[in-house]
Amino acid sequence: MSENLSAIFYLISGVLFILALRGLSSPETSRQGNFFGILGMLIAITVTFLSIGNFSSGFTYVLIFLLIGGSIGAFIAYKIPMTAMPELVAGFHSLVGLAAVFVAISAFLNPGAFNLGSPGNIKLGSLIEMSIGAGVGAITFSGSIIAFLKLQGIMSGSPITFKGQHLLNALILISILVLTYLLCVTQSSNLFWTLIAVSFLIGFLLIVPIGGADMPVVISMLNSYSGWAAAGIGFTLENSALIITGALVGSSGAILSYIMCKGMNRSFFSVILGGFGATEQSSSSQNKEQRPVKSGNAEDAAFLMKNASSVIIVPGYGMAVAQAQHALREMVDTLKKNDIKVTYAIHPVAGRMPGHMNVLLAEANVPYDEVFELEEINNDFANADVAFVIGANDVTNPVAKTDPQSPIFGMPILDVEKCKSVLFVKRSLSPGYAGIDNDLFYRENTLMLFADAKKMTEEITKNLN
Amino acid sequence: MEIDPFIFRLSIFILSIFIGYYVVWSVTPSLHTPLMSVTNAISSVIIVGAIIAGLAGNSESIFNTSSIFGFLAISLAAINIFGGFLVTQRMLQMYKKKKKDK
Repeated sequence: MSENLSAIFYLISGVLFILALRGLSSPETSRQGNFFGILGMLIAITVTFLSIGNFSSGFTYVLIFLLIGGSIGAFIAYKIPMTAMPELVAGFHSLVGLAAVFVAISAFLNPGAFNLGSPGNIKLGSLIEMSIGAGVGAITFSGSIIAFLKLQGIMSGSPITFKGQHLLNALILISILVLTYLLCVTQSSNLFWTLIAVSFLIGFLLIVPIGGADMPVVISMLNSYSGWAAAGIGFTLENSALIITGALVGSSGAILSYIMCKGMNRSFFSVILGGFGATEQSSSSQNKEQRPVKSGNAEDAAFLMKNASSVIIVPGYGMAVAQAQHALREMVDTLKKNDIKVTYAIHPVAGRMPGHMNVLLAEANVPYDEVFELEEINNDFANADVAFVIGANDVTNPVAKTDPQSPIFGMPILDVEKCKSVLFVKRSLSPGYAGIDNDLFYRENTLMLFADAKKMTEEITKNLN
Repeated sequence: MEIDPFIFRLSIFILSIFIGYYVVWSVTPSLHTPLMSVTNAISSVIIVGAIIAGLAGNSESIFNTSSIFGFLAISLAAINIFGGFLVTQRMLQMYKKKKKDK
């Protein structure tokens, strides 16, 4: 296959990837979009085989390794519970990062195969592109591993900070630039290995200080990095499919990070610098005054909801932890049988990654046209009879609107307190991820339901019948 | 003077960033999780480089240091491709509209 022809096919697969993302603008077109993505990938892989045209024994090994990876991937995709989606995505990011590093290493060791010159005499431009691909790939890899460990709970979700952290990070980043420069001058393989090692280190150091509450930003950011790494490799390989994809993924991750930051009213910079949640936790424990709280049981909750004409459900990460989405759907079904209007309100940063709650509700067969975003539904709280908060916390805290001293001041929140009554399912009065007390607990119209989210929802359903 | 081919690739790159910007803003927030998993899958088109690297060894020595890294990268990217597309498919199939009959 001629190089021009294969370049055109790579372009086509790039266009198909654009269409894959475009399809996600609505759930109806999304499945078709995913199909375009698969088609684009098939074209890219086939064209690569045809353009190499070498069907010797090496080809068999390519297929074997492809099948090994493919079956592992397929197995994971079928087994993974929807609640574990953030961990899965973080894990996948790390693989893209590592693959980018490996391809860069391979190109560095055998530049002839990629038409980049000979070992020790690689074209300058290619060497820079390779370093970017390898460096960003390594950062993506180690950063995603940390994010994965934090999301899995293997590593503490609280930020790990130490003195001189920012200075150290700055020095390492400068050293990466110096290393890249020296590498270009000397072509030394030792420098190349050092560059990769240092990049692994900085990826680790960058994510360690970021706390659990900021995980949605971190995941989106690493998504973006994995794109830039792919684009860097794309430039090395002079492959337009990779360049297009890298740019798409890079900007996609960047936009998601921006949306997540806005959802928390935090600047991107302050998230990167990390440490959120560490200082606040200590201050909140100091001024712990005892305030009266109204608490109730499933019977009270069922009574309130039975007499309501409209109920808004506010799900959060706690619902995912308790696996309560199916129980919740059953409760809602019962409510609907009693002609009560039920809608769902989702805060942009509910859960541990963008759109996490929507997937969980979809899994529980909640129709997506009953689920609304913050701006769409926030005015409806004032007219609703009952708000049912299940597993959400900080995103309902009215303090964000009233107390300029609060660390979450200015964060857009769901106006749950405007409802006639609020049912708040929670295991205890402990503060949420931001480490601050929720003012909503002590409101006159709030009834706390202290229990496991799943058990409580099931009991309410029983009482409704 | 002829234009360096790098400039053309840079143009593709810059324009694709803009396309990405506008396309991703039009993605509905409820599909942000599938968006992340599908971007994951498509960024694994890096497998193209891995295949070239894997097949670069000559017939006497299929496995040299360079091609081994290529083969490993093929497996890593394949996990992502299959895993990413399949899990996206699984998620998207769950998004349903309200049934008309009620």
